[in-house]
Amino acid sequence: MPDTPRPIGSDAPQLAQPRYTPIKRRSFFMYAGATAGATALVLAGCSKDSDTTPASTNTTISLGTGDVGVLNYAYALEQLEAAFYAQVKGLTSTPLSPAEVTYFTQVAAHEAIHRDFLRAAINRDAPGKLLQDLTPNFSGIDFTKRTMAAGDSKLGILDAAKAFEDLGVAAYNGAGKLIKSPAYLVIAGQIVSVEARHAAYVRNLITPGSFAADDQVDATTGLDKALTPSTVIAIMGAFITQKLDASTVGH
Amino acid sequence: MDFFKLIDQLSEVDADVMGRFDSRRAVFSSLGTAAKRTALAATPLFLGAIFQKAYAGTTSTPVEVLQYALTLELFEQDFYAKVKASSQYAGASATDKAAIDQIKGHEDAHVALLRGAITGLGGTPVAAAPFKAAVFATLTTFNGPVYGTSQLGIAQLLEDTGVRAYKGRAGELLGTALLTTALQIHSVEARHASKIRQMRGQKPWVNPGDDAVLHPTYTSGVTGPTSTTTPFGYGIPAYTTASPTENNTTQSGVAITTALGATYTTADAAASFDEYLQAAEVLDASRAGGLVGA
Repeated sequence: MPDTPRPIGSDAPQLAQPRYTPIKRRSFFMYAGATAGATALVLAGCSKDSDTTPASTNTTISLGTGDVGVLNYAYALEQLEAAFYAQVKGLTSTPLSPAEVTYFTQVAAHEAIHRDFLRAAINRDAPGKLLQDLTPNFSGIDFTKRTMAAGDSKLGILDAAKAFEDLGVAAYNGAGKLIKSPAYLVIAGQIVSVEARHAAYVRNLITPGSFAADDQVDATTGLDKALTPSTVIAIMGAFITQKLDASTVGH
Repeated sequence: MDFFKLIDQLSEVDADVMGRFDSRRAVFSSLGTAAKRTALAATPLFLGAIFQKAYAGTTSTPVEVLQYALTLELFEQDFYAKVKASSQYAGASATDKAAIDQIKGHEDAHVALLRGAITGLGGTPVAAAPFKAAVFATLTTFNGPVYGTSQLGIAQLLEDTGVRAYKGRAGELLGTALLTTALQIHSVEARHASKIRQMRGQKPWVNPGDDAVLHPTYTSGVTGPTSTTTPFGYGIPAYTTASPTENNTTQSGVAITTALGATYTTADAAASFDEYLQAAEVLDASRAGGLVGA
């Protein structure tokens, strides 16, 4: 599931000397970051329900190639986020405070807008290439809990929101360089900073002051996380019924 | 000049730096020879040629984009340094101090990272972009109700501007690993903006209910100079037309409130997309440019 660490130049074995460990270290952090960022979601994916996952088809859905692939990748992410917040918003009994409900309702609108906007953009710019509607699988989330307590096997609402938002930020950050059209890059940039605002908000609800804590923003470089599509899709796999293939995104 | 240190610095912002050399074996075997001739290895021109070749074609002016980013980070860094040295900060809660310290730490890290990258590309990093002391003196509260006289109020403007500024130049780094680094800084600025807004009792995202909504940062409409040179010595793209305002509800020609099959409020439509700003706008006297100086 983790991304393959970047090779350090197998055609230049003389580079594999101590002087170059900083580059190795950087690769390692990208690798380690992917794993750490995935922890919460993997945990959810490992709940006892995973043994009884509804029979999923073995067909893998490709997100497509080039910029359309990147847009479909974003569309998949936004579908997942929008479905999650729609479910939170629709709860008849919620563990969230009234103030939290107010803001989560706004976040739900933002994510629904992102989803609907991407659908409209893909249909306009690449007719026939739109990714199908995905079926969420939130069996690893306990919507009666604000946060998970010790011994809980499922994520609380805030845990899941934090995981989705941080994952979204890392996904857009990692996908930016795959985009070929400047217009799409700007759109992605316009969306990712809103996801980061959400992430900082939710993080502060769980742990005050953790809006950009060291587990998410490298204290030495001051950089947020960036993940490849394949890594992100693998993490998302626990939350959607369909199996997605991101290997051609951006290519 | 330490070649290996440069590679190290570049690798911090560009994990693909090694891949940029069209023939790593050739470059480094020749360097291996050259390194023994310390005179040649220490020649900046020699190194500059290697790096310019490695980065040629990725963007026309990667150093200028990085210099611009460094200017913004230096500006923020100096602002937070002034905050931390103020009596208002001294009287703030431990929680608020911790947040400012964390943000300042990230700005410090961004400055160091960008300096290293610019040096590695053969450039001379912008030395300073101080927040005007005279303006800072008018910020009489740490977190008062009037944004224009509160340190956090101005911090919100700076962070939201930073978020918009990085977007405005992302296209010039299209397809490069430097873009990834810029995005990784960009989302941290957005986290900061969210936090500062929460500290101020504002929504974490831009919205028409902001108390600072009439500030030029959010309303756009640049009227100042549109020169393509800056006081900092590097060039910027020519100003074209005013960038969209933060209450914009049309993205890529799509009317968000009405054209998506569902009905969305103007507030939700505006908040769901942050806008970009061109460099000429950010550096204009009506925005950050007007706050830079001794």
